[in-house]
Amino acid sequence: MASKATHSPVRSIAAHAILLTYTLIALFPVFVIVINSLKNRQGIFKAPLALPVGELWAPDGFAKVLTRGDFPLYFQNSLIVTLVSLFFVLLFGAMAAFALSEYRFKGNTLMGLYLALGIMIPIRLGTVAILQIMAASGLVNTLWALILVYTAQGLPLSIFILSEFMRTVSDDLKDAGRIDGMNEFKIFFRLVLPLVRPAMATVAVFTMIPIWNDLWFPLILAPAESTKTVTLGAQMFLGQFQSEWDAVLAALTLAILPVLILYLIFSRQLIRGITSGAVK
Amino acid sequence: MTTDSFGGGRKPFRWHILVFLAPAALVYSAFMIIPLVSTLYQSFFSREWAFVGLDNFAKLFTDPRLSASFWNALWNNVWFFIIHMVVQNPIGILLAALLSNPRLRLRGFYRTVFFIPTILSFVIVGFVWKLILSPVWGISQGMLKSVGLGWLYQPWLGKEDYALTTLALISNWQFIGIPMMLIYAALLSIPDEVLEAAECDGITGWAQFWKIQLPLVLPAIGIVSILTFVGNFNAFDLVYAAQGAAAGPNFSTDLLGTLLYRTFFGYQLQLGDRAMGSTIAAVMFLIILAGVCVYLFLVQTRLRRYQF
Repeated sequence: MASKATHSPVRSIAAHAILLTYTLIALFPVFVIVINSLKNRQGIFKAPLALPVGELWAPDGFAKVLTRGDFPLYFQNSLIVTLVSLFFVLLFGAMAAFALSEYRFKGNTLMGLYLALGIMIPIRLGTVAILQIMAASGLVNTLWALILVYTAQGLPLSIFILSEFMRTVSDDLKDAGRIDGMNEFKIFFRLVLPLVRPAMATVAVFTMIPIWNDLWFPLILAPAESTKTVTLGAQMFLGQFQSEWDAVLAALTLAILPVLILYLIFSRQLIRGITSGAVK
Repeated sequence: MTTDSFGGGRKPFRWHILVFLAPAALVYSAFMIIPLVSTLYQSFFSREWAFVGLDNFAKLFTDPRLSASFWNALWNNVWFFIIHMVVQNPIGILLAALLSNPRLRLRGFYRTVFFIPTILSFVIVGFVWKLILSPVWGISQGMLKSVGLGWLYQPWLGKEDYALTTLALISNWQFIGIPMMLIYAALLSIPDEVLEAAECDGITGWAQFWKIQLPLVLPAIGIVSILTFVGNFNAFDLVYAAQGAAAGPNFSTDLLGTLLYRTFFGYQLQLGDRAMGSTIAAVMFLIILAGVCVYLFLVQTRLRRYQF
């Protein structure tokens, strides 16, 4: 297997050629947006592929975005929704996963299956009734509406992945804890949770991306100005200022960069998570 | 499950199990299962809450005005899925196969880069491509011209004949990281001995990939296919971000998700219709359920043979 590359440099060059081509395809759109966001209108249209140096340099778009859209507020809303949902998904998910993997009780398998249903069936299909429930409880246009829905959406996969990992925690350790007089809650919080931290990180990344990027539920449950998320706010802003190219490009760049930076920091975690936990 | 069954015989009732399970079970039931069941239930009622049996479904499938948009959206959705299966997944497999060579340099770099589009939001992806393909900016036109292919250019997203395929390809660009990663992981889990044995028999390179590796990763390809299916028949965001709720031009990019949105909330002169919205959601539920069942009972059971 390993001899492939050494024995045939041609094959290795061909492989790199394909991979580099795809690298260009994957990065090109992002690259074009970012460089053009730093130019003025003329620069954007006359020399779309030139780097923003010399007389082309003009970050006017950013000034427009920052004065017109209420992006700091949208950003704060997204952050609150994502982090609070994430907290509940991880806490409730880990607790349920612990109950399912640690104890034998009647209905254990059934409960596991019930909680796993949501992995395959998208929560979106219940939107009609979700909106009715939120309207009846006065939660429409509050961040809580989003948090509750995203928590429900994230739980199935989180329980599924975490219970797989919790089965690998040694019984001896937990029994030693019990002999020392720890109750079940202490065993969970003090012994088991710290040991499944890597799995929690994986679940966190998987849960976070779809919540941060979701457009459907913010649009339906919380479209008010004060509860807009970044994704919805950017969508509205882009629609409204379509013809102002410098502002649109700057808004896109501002939306891309935080996610990109976070991704580059956590990409190892994410990739390790996908390649070890997700498929067996 | 009744609460007293937690006891498990002589032991005292184990409250802690209930405490551990309750929060997740409550939130999940209240905001996922109950709304889902309630939506399905409402598809049997008219707008005025009268029980109408399967009338809503009959109307959706045959009413001249409604059914035209329904069948249009359904067919578009099927085409959307086909493009993902013949473009996104094979390219994902190819990239994974190239990356799985342990001697390859820059593997980490490629892996990281190929996944970048997947983390971007639909809004960004939709708008970025809209700008790049736009005839106003002319960036794609200019690039095609510079390689002598200027005549090929069309405002793809604005033409009825091309818009849906173009959107599907944009979606492929965005999500290729997922099949790539899942297949890559499956390829890594093939034991070295198997590959060494193949090597001893003189099976190397592409022959090795087709005869040994590909059959062994079929279960992962099955998972990728069902994930693609569920994702595609539930898609909404990309169309909404790039083409708006009207899924233009002339509804040529309408998917079941956008149809559901317009039907439930209303669009321009058309009023929102809760009953018909529920009916479309119910049809989407049945389609996805059918896909998952085909996968679980037909595909997965047959694939198991190939596993170690």
